[in-house]
Amino acid sequence: MSRTTLDLWVGFFVVIGMAALLFLSLKVGNLASANFSESYVLKAQFDNIGGLKVRAPVKSAGVVVGRVTNIGFDTGSYRAEVTFVVDTRFQFPRDTIATILTSGLLGEQYLGLEPGGDVEMLKSGEAVQITQSAVVLEKLIGQFLFNKAAEAPAN
Amino acid sequence: MNGLLSVVRRLGRAVIDGVWRLGFATRFFGLLLLYSGQSLRRVHLTIREVYFSGVLSLLIIIVSGLFVGMVLGLQGYETLQRFGSGDALGVLVALSLTRELGPVVAALLFASRAGSAVTAEIGLMKATEQLKAMDMMAVNPIARVVAPRFWGGVISMPLLAALFSAMGVFGGWLIGVVLIGVDEGAFWSQMQAAVDFRFDVVNGVIKSVVFGAAVALIAVFEGYDCTPTAEGVSRAITRTVVSSALAILALDFVLTSFMFRGQS
Repeated sequence: MSRTTLDLWVGFFVVIGMAALLFLSLKVGNLASANFSESYVLKAQFDNIGGLKVRAPVKSAGVVVGRVTNIGFDTGSYRAEVTFVVDTRFQFPRDTIATILTSGLLGEQYLGLEPGGDVEMLKSGEAVQITQSAVVLEKLIGQFLFNKAAEAPAN
Repeated sequence: MNGLLSVVRRLGRAVIDGVWRLGFATRFFGLLLLYSGQSLRRVHLTIREVYFSGVLSLLIIIVSGLFVGMVLGLQGYETLQRFGSGDALGVLVALSLTRELGPVVAALLFASRAGSAVTAEIGLMKATEQLKAMDMMAVNPIARVVAPRFWGGVISMPLLAALFSAMGVFGGWLIGVVLIGVDEGAFWSQMQAAVDFRFDVVNGVIKSVVFGAAVALIAVFEGYDCTPTAEGVSRAITRTVVSSALAILALDFVLTSFMFRGQS
């Protein structure tokens, strides 16, 4: 059995097919940047998570440091429990504040971490104690109307 | 009364015939898998089929991918810029191609380009009694003729679908960035932020493998099962294209509902 031109064409086909796959995973997808090789798990409880979804990014100072992996409901405290993973390269102090923020006016919601000043770092499985819930637009408007009504003289 | 009876009789025959064919197809698939080991050991047979179904489909896949991407670029920009988010064009083009359009349109093209050719080839072999002759020479026609064509299709399809998606993204870039003037950095960075490797790219590849197996199985079965006449072969080719298209779209719905239900 010897090599034929047909083999050359098939080889060419496989090579450009693989190149297309590589292009899709590296240039179109984000395999290179968002692949957290080693990560640790953290938890945080919120009164209201708004529109946060699983796989939403976890950002600190605007940089993606992790991803939300699970969202549950704690029947003991009646609060939402968010589990997320953070890359081991990024360590956060114990008094870090977790906030649910929105990118842009109508953008997707993400979990923001604001580091505190504690010398001890958060360990895997621990919970972030200080949290701030998502801003619910309806509540804001309700509050605004209520304040307006209180200011106005009764007649 | 007699007319009604004949309608019922014809309906019943059609149903029984359908079930019979389905059972035969399942047994055929089983035999195909059983003899695959034999034919994969003679790998040059499969490589030859990869050439016929994959390499010869390259041109149509590349050109259609480019045009689908360019149309997505034009139409997507037209709609997105109404909401002031023309920068998200890359996300729209990449997600719709990797998740849906890439595997589905490539599989539809593959079915009509390569599937029909496979059916015609096997059908004509049957009509000219080449399959019977092989059987006489103790050469198993499923191992020698059918299995290499099946595996050739299964191997070619994911590569063609990936190529289709990549060409589509390139076409979207051509229209969006080069022609319309969407910011190049925003185009790529938003795309990379939104497209997930595991969730979007791998699921697209899984889809294309499933479609490839479905199209290749339908093509070889219709060829093997056809009535060995000129008319029978032409009918088998029509059936291949029609049932492949239906199978692709139905399987796409099933796979999509498994992969993307209620997330993000």
